[in-house]
Amino acid sequence: MFRNERMIGLAVLAVIIAILPQFLPNNYYYDVAIQAGFNAIVCVGLNLLIGYAGQISLGHAGFFGLGAYASAILCTRYGWPPILALLAGALVVGVLAFVLARPILKLKGHYLAMATLGIGIIISIVLNTEAQITGGPDGISAGPFSIGGYTIKTEQTWYWVVGGTLLVAIWLANNLVDSPVGRALRAVNGSEVGAEVVGVDTARYKVLVFVVSAVFASVAGSLFAHYLPQITPAKADFFKSIEFVTMVVFGGMASTFGSLVGAVFLSALPQVLTVFEDYEAMILGAIMMGTMIFMPRGLVPTLGSLLVRRRG
Amino acid sequence: MRGKTLLTALAAGAALGVFGLAGPAPAAETIKLGSYLSVTGPASFLGAPEKKVLEHYVEQFNKAGGVAGRKIELIIYDDGGAPDKATSFAKRLIENDKVDLIVGGSTTATTMAAVPLVEAAGVPFLNLAGAVIAVEPAKKWVFKTPHTDRMAAEKVFADMKKRGITRIAMISENAGFGKSGHDQSLLVMANYGIQLVADETYAPRDPDVTAQLTKIKNTAGVQAVFNWSFGQSPAIVAKNYRQLGITLPLYMSHGVSSKEFITLAGAAAEGIRLPAAGIVVADQLPATDIQKNVAMDFKKTYEGKYKEEVSSFGGHAYDALMIALAAIQRANSIDKGKVRDEIEKTKGYVGTGGTVNMSPTDHMGLDLTSFHMVDVKNGNFVLNN
Repeated sequence: MFRNERMIGLAVLAVIIAILPQFLPNNYYYDVAIQAGFNAIVCVGLNLLIGYAGQISLGHAGFFGLGAYASAILCTRYGWPPILALLAGALVVGVLAFVLARPILKLKGHYLAMATLGIGIIISIVLNTEAQITGGPDGISAGPFSIGGYTIKTEQTWYWVVGGTLLVAIWLANNLVDSPVGRALRAVNGSEVGAEVVGVDTARYKVLVFVVSAVFASVAGSLFAHYLPQITPAKADFFKSIEFVTMVVFGGMASTFGSLVGAVFLSALPQVLTVFEDYEAMILGAIMMGTMIFMPRGLVPTLGSLLVRRRG
Repeated sequence: MRGKTLLTALAAGAALGVFGLAGPAPAAETIKLGSYLSVTGPASFLGAPEKKVLEHYVEQFNKAGGVAGRKIELIIYDDGGAPDKATSFAKRLIENDKVDLIVGGSTTATTMAAVPLVEAAGVPFLNLAGAVIAVEPAKKWVFKTPHTDRMAAEKVFADMKKRGITRIAMISENAGFGKSGHDQSLLVMANYGIQLVADETYAPRDPDVTAQLTKIKNTAGVQAVFNWSFGQSPAIVAKNYRQLGITLPLYMSHGVSSKEFITLAGAAAEGIRLPAAGIVVADQLPATDIQKNVAMDFKKTYEGKYKEEVSSFGGHAYDALMIALAAIQRANSIDKGKVRDEIEKTKGYVGTGGTVNMSPTDHMGLDLTSFHMVDVKNGNFVLNN
């Protein structure tokens, strides 16, 4: 039953992505949509960890940054084809996440948050200081993304690439949520002890979902590095991690579409708010606070149930 | 449950549609002047005065009837010092606001983030970046008003030569302006017979550089120290320098030529020598100096309006605006190609930075005479030519 609904949701999203370009008058709007798409891919993955497994990560920008730098360094310094660099980045990040996950996920609550925070900061420091390899704070260029002799050049093409990747990401996430793994994860979120009592290998599932969400971030990071003319360590720092978590929580935890909306909303909002000039930051803050106070479950779950109730 | 998922997807769609609704504004006969500046964030000491200057002078021009019979519409975005935001806003200015020209880019990093875009779109771009890479090699659409880091290095080395200093240590920020200044210094120091005996770096947000300075202190034969950076870190260098009791002459770049630096560094700033634009010491310039009137006028206007001390950074924005508007006046058109050609033909413009003579190969047009060596004395910049 869940499965069909999620497939309908995915189909609706595909239609939205397909017709959205009709409303994008120029490359600037494409740019906003593309950036929102990148954030959404990371958030869909992060939501698996935060929303379903109930584990917090304040270091996901680190994985995003590692993916981006893997692509940039392998492509520009070693002349790798972008797609191979992307896969290599994802592999490295996946292995790193796997190695880190066991000791880290034994921690709980604030301690877990602190540990992931630490990883993110270490990655960010390495990217900043190993200037011979990473280009230091000025960053590094990954060059254009090309595959089989075809190079992605325009914003329009990037839009379809990001839109397609996002659909695949959501499809994967939905499949995971609907599988026995997903049920196990929700059990972990509900009560870790309870899950263990009924025979769920909680550690294994937590590690799995940590790795999956890190790989999502890495792939998004790799593509992002090719999209931007220059990638800088700021994209891997603590504030970027917080931004990702905020998007997930704002949109609504344990809701894949919630993460999507959170990512799109918070990517587009600063652009919309520039009309308020000096009051921009204040209004953004007020919207965030208002949403968290009046819709503690996040935007999408709250609005969704409100609409259902009204209609019912 | 089914309804919920559908509605969820619809809510997602509505959110996706938000930024599709605001359409582009209709074209008008006004001059559309686009700008993106680092008004907030670590480079706000550059962007904040630049924004004030642009806003004030555009208002003045509009009150006086505009330029070449056209009113000016000013659009300013704040990139917070982040290069990726600068890219987005430059895209927005070019593609969405369809501006006729751009005056912006407070730092080298945010400027360089927009260079490929303006080159591809063909929009005249007067930037406020310090590093020489912004105009070297000369790019068709890109011009800049601040002195380059190479000029600052040459000015400093000339001063060292005069004092008989031949062996120096450098301590530089490893990013952006500091890194570029460091690299340019290495290129030109041999011309002044100066030898580098210690070369230390630090990251822009490092809270302490005692380790690097100790190494310099323990290097034999150092006669002076030259620091390349801007923002918070030069104040940290100055403080650590005094704490370690180093008594060698300390030189800095024009990146610290604002009162805010002296405020940050306090007593540690005393005795530091640096190259600066005339505006920093406007009231001390001799009456015969060609810059005197422009600099005093700008200083009075700015300080009268905003009740804060003028810095050379606001001056860069002033110069860029004047050069741009003069070019539009001469072209009597807002055609991008014509305006670009006229900017390139700028000759003998006397601004807060000096006398500007541009050419197809020189998109900045300043020479060393427009720089002055100044000392920090009793919390003020004092002219010392």
